[in-house]
Amino acid sequence: MANTFHIVVCAGIAPDPLQTLEPVTTPAGPGLKNEMVLPAVLDPWAASALYEAAHLAAAHPGSRVWLVSLGPRAKLQQVMMTVAQKASFELVPVDGPIGGFTDAHATAAALTETIATLPGLDRERLLLFGGWESATRGAGVTLQLAGERLGIMDQFQGVDHIDVREDGSFEVLERVEGGKHQASLCAGAPAVLGWATGNLAEPRNNPQVGMANMRTILPALQRARSATLDARGLRYVQVSLPRQQRTTRVAKDMTADAIASEIVEWIGAE
Amino acid sequence: MESILVLTHADESGSALSKGSLEAVTAGKELAARLGASLVIGIVAADAKAAACVLASAGARLMGVSGEAFAQARYASDAAACEALCRAANSSIVVAPPGSRMARVAAGVAHRLGGVIDTHITALGGAECVEATRWFYRQRVEGTITRDARPWFLLLDAGTHTAFEGAMSDVHVEQVAVELPALRTSVNGFREPLKDAQTIRPDARLLFVAGAGWTKKQPDGETRAVRAGELILDFLRLTGASLGSSKSLVDQGGDGQPVLPFLTHMNQVGQTGSTPRHAKGLSTCCHGEEPHVVGWRFIGERRAISLDPNCGWTRGKADVVYVADAFQVMARVNELLAARKE
Repeated sequence: MANTFHIVVCAGIAPDPLQTLEPVTTPAGPGLKNEMVLPAVLDPWAASALYEAAHLAAAHPGSRVWLVSLGPRAKLQQVMMTVAQKASFELVPVDGPIGGFTDAHATAAALTETIATLPGLDRERLLLFGGWESATRGAGVTLQLAGERLGIMDQFQGVDHIDVREDGSFEVLERVEGGKHQASLCAGAPAVLGWATGNLAEPRNNPQVGMANMRTILPALQRARSATLDARGLRYVQVSLPRQQRTTRVAKDMTADAIASEIVEWIGAE
Repeated sequence: MESILVLTHADESGSALSKGSLEAVTAGKELAARLGASLVIGIVAADAKAAACVLASAGARLMGVSGEAFAQARYASDAAACEALCRAANSSIVVAPPGSRMARVAAGVAHRLGGVIDTHITALGGAECVEATRWFYRQRVEGTITRDARPWFLLLDAGTHTAFEGAMSDVHVEQVAVELPALRTSVNGFREPLKDAQTIRPDARLLFVAGAGWTKKQPDGETRAVRAGELILDFLRLTGASLGSSKSLVDQGGDGQPVLPFLTHMNQVGQTGSTPRHAKGLSTCCHGEEPHVVGWRFIGERRAISLDPNCGWTRGKADVVYVADAFQVMARVNELLAARKE
């Protein structure tokens, strides 16, 4: 039988990277100023995971891709208007709080509960995808916790490449220190893959894919279940912006020779 | 009363602890001294006793997990080893070293023990309780947190503590037995760029960041990507610097635009890339905004070459901005560096 995978991509949403962020105190703890009106994007690393999932599914006909995303329903809808045009998937939204100050353990619990009840999911063929970190909390633990909760004993983080073989086993390249990849051979699904950037470029917008996706995304958003995230004893002592501000010397009228000499002297014994 | 376990592992040689592990030992010792807590150091290695020789003067109880299965970094075996060490030590605070090996398994182990975890810890403080400082939103917001739940796993960021140094001596390591699950994954080694193409050097003192401007049209209306590549590689060869890049430059290949063929996503710094920690950084042809600043947060001295005197990211972020053509400047820099080498 040909290899088919049930790929579940866990992806949060993050403020557009070009936005200026300012922390504020809210009744529920720390948050971002005007958080609900900041433009949002699918978390960049999770987006890589989604594109890799779609690519893998296309190479293995019969595979399915679910995108499980936790966030405020309105923000999810905004983000999906763009993401839906990039790749084919089934959205499974979970209506919950936004932001990087929520607890990863509670997030993992909510995601796991949703994944475990996905209709038609075959856990023996499950590949749990996501970003190895996020642009919000950036802890890099949510996917591992979800994997443990689902009983998956083969996990890979910082993944840049997966190569599936005919027998269903696959080679994974994970980022390790020193600009290297660790190459591992896994016997097959189920497995957790936390993606770094992967090797695929961001797909171009495809309106046809977008229209097909939106037929299922909008109803899915309407019936999204709600999740409340318990802080599990997590307390914030202080949240602030880094204060470091440098005094910048702008050298406008130096010749290339003079600049080069200054740079070489600055580099010193390097 | 808190009790502290520091998890450590061997480096690639298998016979010594990794640098990150030694940094974690320092953090654990400092925390234990401040809290008056007991200290246990757990070692995961093919031969934990051999790797622990440097810990003779650490003033800690040593526990180890040994065996060929633990010579390699793999989730199933590492998680089982760390779980066994944590259960044997029964500590309330677990300090784990920076690096891919522990980052892969620490959360899973915390879950197995019914504990909680926080990662990328840059400082440990607090007078009456443990307070951990970390970044949020990719180094754009800093926060200090504390938790009631135990065990509390704290995965440190690299370079936040000095590496522990001790004289090599024979030590007693309590060996902890591990029941391994069926291993479905085998580690087949490492892949790295060919020697000539090696552009990522974490130990270099200098980071050279190439921006998308290198491949854009120059004042004569032509693109000069080939020349840009020559200048950059010459500079890296002459200085031993590490190469970083903006996402836009790496992504250009997919858009059919001129590219620097030696750049990959591994070179990316910033929002979707690495957060390097070199002593000095020289950025060239970059016009990044906040995402680019993110990648520079932990660079000591920063200089930039840019044609745009009003480039927003450099103001307040770089120490010096040279408003000049990077092609001309870097050609001259390379000449001077080459002359010095002769």
